[in-house]
Amino acid sequence: MSKILIIAEHLNGQLNPSTAKCVSCASKITGASIDIAVLAADPAAVAAQAAQIAGVARVRTLANAANAHALAVVYAPQVLAIAGEYTHVFGPSTTFGKDLMPRIAAKLGVSQVSDVMAVVDAHTFQRPIYAGNAIVTVKAPAGRTVVATVRTASFAAASGGGSAVIEAVAMDVPLPTHTRFVSLQQGGGDRPDLQTARVVVSGGRALGSAENFQLIYDFADKLKAGVGASRAAVDSGYAPNDLQVGQTGKIIAPELYIAIGISGAIQHLTGIKDAGTIVAINKDAEAPIFEVADIGLVADLTKAVPELMAAL
Amino acid sequence: MKILVGLKRVVDYTVRVQVKPDGSGVAIDGAKMSVNPFDEIALEEALRLREAGKASEVVVVSIGVAACMQQIDTGLAMGANRGILVKTEGAIQPLTAARVFAKLCAKEQPDLVILGKQAIDDDANQTAQMLAALLDQPQATFASKVEVDGNVARVTREVDAGLETLEVDLPAVLSVDLRLNTPRFIKLPDIMKAKSKPRETIELASLGIESGDHLATTQHAPPPKRQKGVIVKDVPELIAALKAKGLL
Ligand SMILES: Cc1cc2nc3c(=O)[nH]c(=O)nc-3n(C[C@H](O)[C@H](O)[C@H](O)COP(=O)(O)OP(=O)(O)OC[C@H]3O[C@@H](n4cnc5c(N)ncnc54)[C@H](O)[C@@H]3O)c2cc1C
Repeated sequence: MSKILIIAEHLNGQLNPSTAKCVSCASKITGASIDIAVLAADPAAVAAQAAQIAGVARVRTLANAANAHALAVVYAPQVLAIAGEYTHVFGPSTTFGKDLMPRIAAKLGVSQVSDVMAVVDAHTFQRPIYAGNAIVTVKAPAGRTVVATVRTASFAAASGGGSAVIEAVAMDVPLPTHTRFVSLQQGGGDRPDLQTARVVVSGGRALGSAENFQLIYDFADKLKAGVGASRAAVDSGYAPNDLQVGQTGKIIAPELYIAIGISGAIQHLTGIKDAGTIVAINKDAEAPIFEVADIGLVADLTKAVPELMAAL
Repeated sequence: MKILVGLKRVVDYTVRVQVKPDGSGVAIDGAKMSVNPFDEIALEEALRLREAGKASEVVVVSIGVAACMQQIDTGLAMGANRGILVKTEGAIQPLTAARVFAKLCAKEQPDLVILGKQAIDDDANQTAQMLAALLDQPQATFASKVEVDGNVARVTREVDAGLETLEVDLPAVLSVDLRLNTPRFIKLPDIMKAKSKPRETIELASLGIESGDHLATTQHAPPPKRQKGVIVKDVPELIAALKAKGLL
């Protein structure tokens, strides 16, 4: 039987929805028993949230002042101290999980399965390569721990209503001090989070300036949507880095994605493949974004977007 | 200070890679090959650290088939001091790459290893973290700003929540994101100058590395296709189409 450990992602006492998506992925493995590990300075609040995820057997808390910030080098030895009890160790394919999980895999002497998008069986998974241009089926060796990151856009969050037991793990492993947290400059604000928003409005290079990018924020606010951006828009300084959607930014799956002045490069498209409906507004009828858009409007954004906003 | 940089040979990012009809792999024979874009950024950062007087030597490493010497050539033309090719029969996975780098680190004793955060072929995003683990060294991944001051590096990282800054003691392993810098262009005289730079070839087998426990790839499939959509003629039609789907 598979025993799966999921490493919880959290910030400021809030469990990240990526954790419930990992549970959803893990529950695709037949007969799996699923535990969540919460590493924090004070894990109580996050553990209580994790315990409510349906399908979780136990929430194991690892309290330590050194866990105040999610440093991979500090988390890894603690996870490794309990990893031996499990057949699988999963984390989300967010910057948190991408940073941490390979450090665990290397110490266990196993390859990592990155960005699991489907479970075939306990050791066999599907994942994207070449910016999503190909999907490979990979088989991890039997009899060794499976370490994987879960592509969160591929799984709906497991539902709430669970009541897992919460157990504190006593731990006495030496933790390194060679890596120190200095600061976190959070973007965000009050808008819906890009990774979980039902609707996302995204702007590209065509916006032309940070001032003009305000149009995207205004439109998004009107729709109560999250805001995204292409790499060109981020590189040009129109939008902060945490808004980048794509191969090297965030992979998202909103119900509605509205791409404005974005050409639709493959590296961008790989971030929105799982969106429910894609709308594209672009003045170039030949733009590749129209090959994937469910609804396309060939128009100048400086006219179409204000018109849309006025009509809503 | 010595810096080691990895240069992976990958299919150029402009090539649209497709799956072979029989699902046995991707059709990339004859495709244009380049240095992984993230690795170019890693090298650029190393060169800037050398030019700023923080580092004295930049060594580029490529692991792969004999043709990877082209990527070493590119690295030397960009300005690296010397190159090491670790020759393999075919593709290797991140854990093996990390083990190779760990061996080279034992020999070269670099103060910094700078790698790309991911390679645009397997998109694995693992090697730097694995290497840092094997060396028991600090890791600072997805760097968008690197400042070295004596024995400490201050690294700003692009994370989902925004920008995180860490301080790491050297030696350390960094992985770089796209916005760290813009790599320089190579000029013809650079290529000429690079011809005489030292290049070393090491056989993977001679390193005595464990290479078991790897993932077996059993099938390649094209991604699911999205259905072709509609083009609406104006904003009112767009609104109607969204309403029809229950999205407004
Ligand atoms: C290794 C690598 C990784 C990458 N990762 C990512 C990633 O994660 N995410 C990402 O987005 N990109 C990524 N890219 C970059 C990607 O290849 C494209 O360069 C980028 O997505 C282009 O952004 P854009 O569509 O905003 O700009 P452009 O390609 O310049 O497109 C602008 C579009 O706006 C349209 N336009 C112009 N004016 C108007 C107007 N007035 N009204 C309406 N439309 C207008 C144009 O017709 C054009 O289609 C990556 C590239 C590399 C090499």
